[in-house]
Amino acid sequence: MKKLINDPSNVLAESLVGVAAAHPELTVDHFNRIIYRGEKTRAGKVGLISGGGSGHEPLHGGFVGLGMLDAACAGEVFTSPTPDQMQEATKVVDSGAGVLHIVKNYTGDVMNFEMAAELAEAESGIKVESVVTNDDVAVEDSTWTAGRRGVGVTVLLEKIVGAAAEEGRDLTSVADLARRVNAAGRSMGMALTSCTVPSAGKPTFDLPDDMMEMGVGIHGEPGRHRVPLAGAAEIARQLVEPILADLDFTGGPNIVMLNGMGGSPLIELYLMYGEVKKLLDAAGVEVARNLVGNYITSLDMAGCSVTLLKADDEILTLWDAPVNTAGLRWGV
Amino acid sequence: MGDGTVSLPQLLDWLSRFSALVTENRTYLTELDSAIGDADHGVNMVRGMTAVMEKVGAAPPEAVDALFKMVGMTMVSTVGGASGPLYGTFFLRFGTTAGAVTELDGATLAAALRAGFEGVIARGKAELNDKTMVDAMSPAVDALDAAVAGGASVSDAAAAAFSAAEAGREATIPLVARKGRASYLGERSAGHLDPGATSTAMLFESLAGALAG
Repeated sequence: MKKLINDPSNVLAESLVGVAAAHPELTVDHFNRIIYRGEKTRAGKVGLISGGGSGHEPLHGGFVGLGMLDAACAGEVFTSPTPDQMQEATKVVDSGAGVLHIVKNYTGDVMNFEMAAELAEAESGIKVESVVTNDDVAVEDSTWTAGRRGVGVTVLLEKIVGAAAEEGRDLTSVADLARRVNAAGRSMGMALTSCTVPSAGKPTFDLPDDMMEMGVGIHGEPGRHRVPLAGAAEIARQLVEPILADLDFTGGPNIVMLNGMGGSPLIELYLMYGEVKKLLDAAGVEVARNLVGNYITSLDMAGCSVTLLKADDEILTLWDAPVNTAGLRWGV
Repeated sequence: MGDGTVSLPQLLDWLSRFSALVTENRTYLTELDSAIGDADHGVNMVRGMTAVMEKVGAAPPEAVDALFKMVGMTMVSTVGGASGPLYGTFFLRFGTTAGAVTELDGATLAAALRAGFEGVIARGKAELNDKTMVDAMSPAVDALDAAVAGGASVSDAAAAAFSAAEAGREATIPLVARKGRASYLGERSAGHLDPGATSTAMLFESLAGALAG
């Protein structure tokens, strides 16, 4: 394992030290591993909290700031944060208007956020609503699985719902919008290589040079199918087709994200976006906005994911609203 | 009712043995989790049980319910993932059912383990054969119940629970996971031992060890 680290067991703590040093506009609670905005939540504004295992940066800490999250709780690498972290963040960001928990659909995340919401409501009387993202078409959504994983749509949701909260909408309408955005998004990911969890010290799975994994999540877990390596055009086809088969994206504007898994250079991500755009054009899918880059990653995994989100005028207006975070910034 | 009782020092020994076992098998548990999960089960369990032993060692509670409340809350707040809430809930419910006592008879031990198990089911919503820790815990709790009801001593009952947990653990190999991260693999999850069922078998191995003789 070759990584820019000291002791593998201190990676998260030391990374948060760096976040605090690089972003004096943020407040980092090193004990609870929570990243907050530098200023308190404005009275009447719904607090937005997300969190999850680390290793997906810039998600979630990189999305704390004006127009997105109020706080992000960092778990160990690929491990959900604990209920006491989310309970603490909930107490800190509540301005009286309540708090929305944005949770990616993984067994551990859902359980820990559920316990946190129960504790916060029982002990502090804070109104908490939760939205669970589950946009990954690689997972069959049935009673036979833990349900679809929350992946790329989480990034788009945090931006859109963050803008709505900034407008001063109440908790119910912010939560309803979040559920609507989640229901309108679909993603599919692939890996060219595995990733190496620092504490494990070696790649999570072996992938021969001539093979790739289709339908991976964001935790270095193997995908749904191992298939022969192909060119970018063919990879784009294998990513876009299952998305379009799952939901009709024609007849209105869409937001598209071509996301890197952490180990693929931007030159390849743009090349892939070109391929994806061709396929969407051919399928009559209108792309109104796009995002290309590393937004929800899987440590050093090489590969990418595609996310499509059906939008409308309201969602596009919220998308275009000012955002000022370490990971996304425009209009400010 | 079975012979013998379980003392507070024996329960502390159970925890200490469990901590030692997961620590010894840290790499093994993580390797199992690499195959069908996300390569963190060993590390997480060791972090949780190390924190438990530090807390309990610093200020050992004098009643069973207080001890397991401390254990459960420490697991919940240090492990993360799914294992934190699940093992945490198990220990919390175990303690609540055992009550403010310093000794458990066989029937109370069985009832406390049953309550812990039901807490895991309520929190994780897994069923038997979903390829989770439930596959080791369910037969273990049943075996202990049956042994105690049949008049076995607590040490024999715990040994029976461990055997049943081991059998349940082995039975996860051919299963296709339906809960947890392994379920994302679909058919590819078959052919692997479930890491959660493996650590749960260690929980019962530790109990059997602490109550032996």
